[in-house]
Amino acid sequence: MRLEIESLTMAYGGLKVVDNLSFTMPAGDIVGVIGPNGAGKSTMFSIVTGFLVADAGDVRFRGETVTALSPVARAKSGMVRTFQVPREFSHLTVRENLLAAAPSQSGERLLDLFFRPSRVSAEEALLAKRVDGLLEFLKLGKVAGTPAGRLSGGQKKLLELGRVLMTGAKLILLDEPFAGVNPVLIEEISQRILELNADGVGFLIIEHDLGALTRIVSTLHVMDRGCLIASGRPAEVLKDPVVREAYLGGPS
Amino acid sequence: MTLLSIVGLRGGYGDIDILNGVDLTLNPGEILTVAGTNGAGKSTLAKAIVGLLPRVSGRILLGGADLAGIPAERRARSGIGYVPQVANVFPSLTVIENLDVVEGVHDRRKRIAELLALFPALAQRRNARAGSLSGGERQQLAYSRALMTRPKIVVLDEPTAALSPSLVAESFDRIATLAADGTGVLLIEQRARQALAISHRGAIMDGGKVAMEGGAATLLADERAANLYLGHH
Repeated sequence: MRLEIESLTMAYGGLKVVDNLSFTMPAGDIVGVIGPNGAGKSTMFSIVTGFLVADAGDVRFRGETVTALSPVARAKSGMVRTFQVPREFSHLTVRENLLAAAPSQSGERLLDLFFRPSRVSAEEALLAKRVDGLLEFLKLGKVAGTPAGRLSGGQKKLLELGRVLMTGAKLILLDEPFAGVNPVLIEEISQRILELNADGVGFLIIEHDLGALTRIVSTLHVMDRGCLIASGRPAEVLKDPVVREAYLGGPS
Repeated sequence: MTLLSIVGLRGGYGDIDILNGVDLTLNPGEILTVAGTNGAGKSTLAKAIVGLLPRVSGRILLGGADLAGIPAERRARSGIGYVPQVANVFPSLTVIENLDVVEGVHDRRKRIAELLALFPALAQRRNARAGSLSGGERQQLAYSRALMTRPKIVVLDEPTAALSPSLVAESFDRIATLAADGTGVLLIEQRARQALAISHRGAIMDGGKVAMEGGAATLLADERAANLYLGHH
C-alpha cells in the first residue's frame, strides 16, 4: 500500500516542527525514520495518520488523498499507528484491549446475532485464537487478565504493538517500538515484522535503536528540525557526514 | 562496606506480589545493571528501594541501616537519588524551579550552580519550562534533580529509553563518571549490553526474582544470558 507524503508543513507557535517534508513509500516496504529528539518524527506520524492536521501539504494512501480524513477513517482504509507513549484502555484487561482492537465483527450487528449465530460464534472463536497467539508471542499470557493500567512500561509498549497487529492493517506505523523492550523480544518482534512484511504488510518505523532498525529496513529517512536531510539504503545513509553530524554525534 | 543490601525482598501493588524474593548488593562506586524481561519487576524494585512501593517485606539496608518504615522523602535526604522511567520532571516549572523544589538539599544555591556547570545545555535553558525541553535536555534535568541531594546511591530507571544514539552514549559516559566519583549506581536498562559495558556487575530479573547475577564481562559472554535476556547484538 503505497504512501505518499507531499510538502507537509506544520508549525507550533513560530517553530516549524515539520518543514516541507516529502517522501514516497512503496507498497509493502519496511522503512525507518531516524533523527534527533525533537526532529519532528512523531509529529509527521500524527499528520500521516490524521491525529494532527498539517498547515499545508498532502498525504496520499493507496493513490487516494486522505489529508481530510479522520484517524478512524484512515485506520479503516488500512493504516494504523502506535504511540511513543502507549494509549491503552487502562481499566480493560490486556485480553480485552486486544479484542477491542479487532476490526468490527458480525457479533456487533444485532441481526447477525439472531439469524446467523453460528457464524458469529465461529468468528469469535477465531478471534480468541488470534488473541491467544498474540498474547503468547508478546509474552503477555501471564497478565492476560490484568487491567492494562497495571502493566509495566515495557509491557504497555508490547500491548500497543499487539493492538495494531490485531487490526489487520496493511500499513503499520510504529513509534519507537523497541524502546524499553527486552533485547531478546526485540529480536522476536523484528522477526515478526519481517514475516508480516512477507505477507504484504508495510511498516514505517521511528526508532533510535539503529542496530535493530537497520537489520529490518530497506530504506532509511533522516529528519532534522522538521526537514528530510538524507534518504537511502541504511549503510549509505549512516555513513553520510551530514547525518553523522546531526544525529550520531560527529564523525566516527 | 556494602552500601546497599537487599535481602528477601517481596512486595507489590494491591494484593499481587511483583517481587518474589530479591537479593542484591551494591558497593560504593559500583555500577550494577539490572536487566530482564518486561514485567520482571525492575521498576517495582526501584520503587521499593526509594520508598514508593505500597507493600514491601524483606530487608533493604542502606549503609547497614534498615530502611523499613522510612518514607520516600527521608530516604532521598539520607542519600538515595532516583530517576523514574516517566514523569521525572515538572513540565510547568522552569529548569531552575525543578531543581529548587527538590527537598533536603544542603547549600542549595551552590548545588544548583554546580549542576548547571555540569550540564551546559541546561544552564542555557535555565528559565525555560521543563515541558518545552527536548528529550535529551529533559533527561539531563531529571538526572540533575536526582543529584541535588549529593546522593550515595542513585537508582536510574531506563535513563536512555527514547534517546538518540549520541545522547545514549553521553548518558552512559555521565553514569560512568558519577560512579568513578564514588556513587553507587543501580542502573535499570533494556539496552543491557551497552549498560553492562560500563558496569561492574549485572543482575538479570525474571518473574520478580534475580535469575542470573555476576560480573558484567561474564554475563556479556554468557550464551544462556544472550539467548534468554540480553539478545545477541
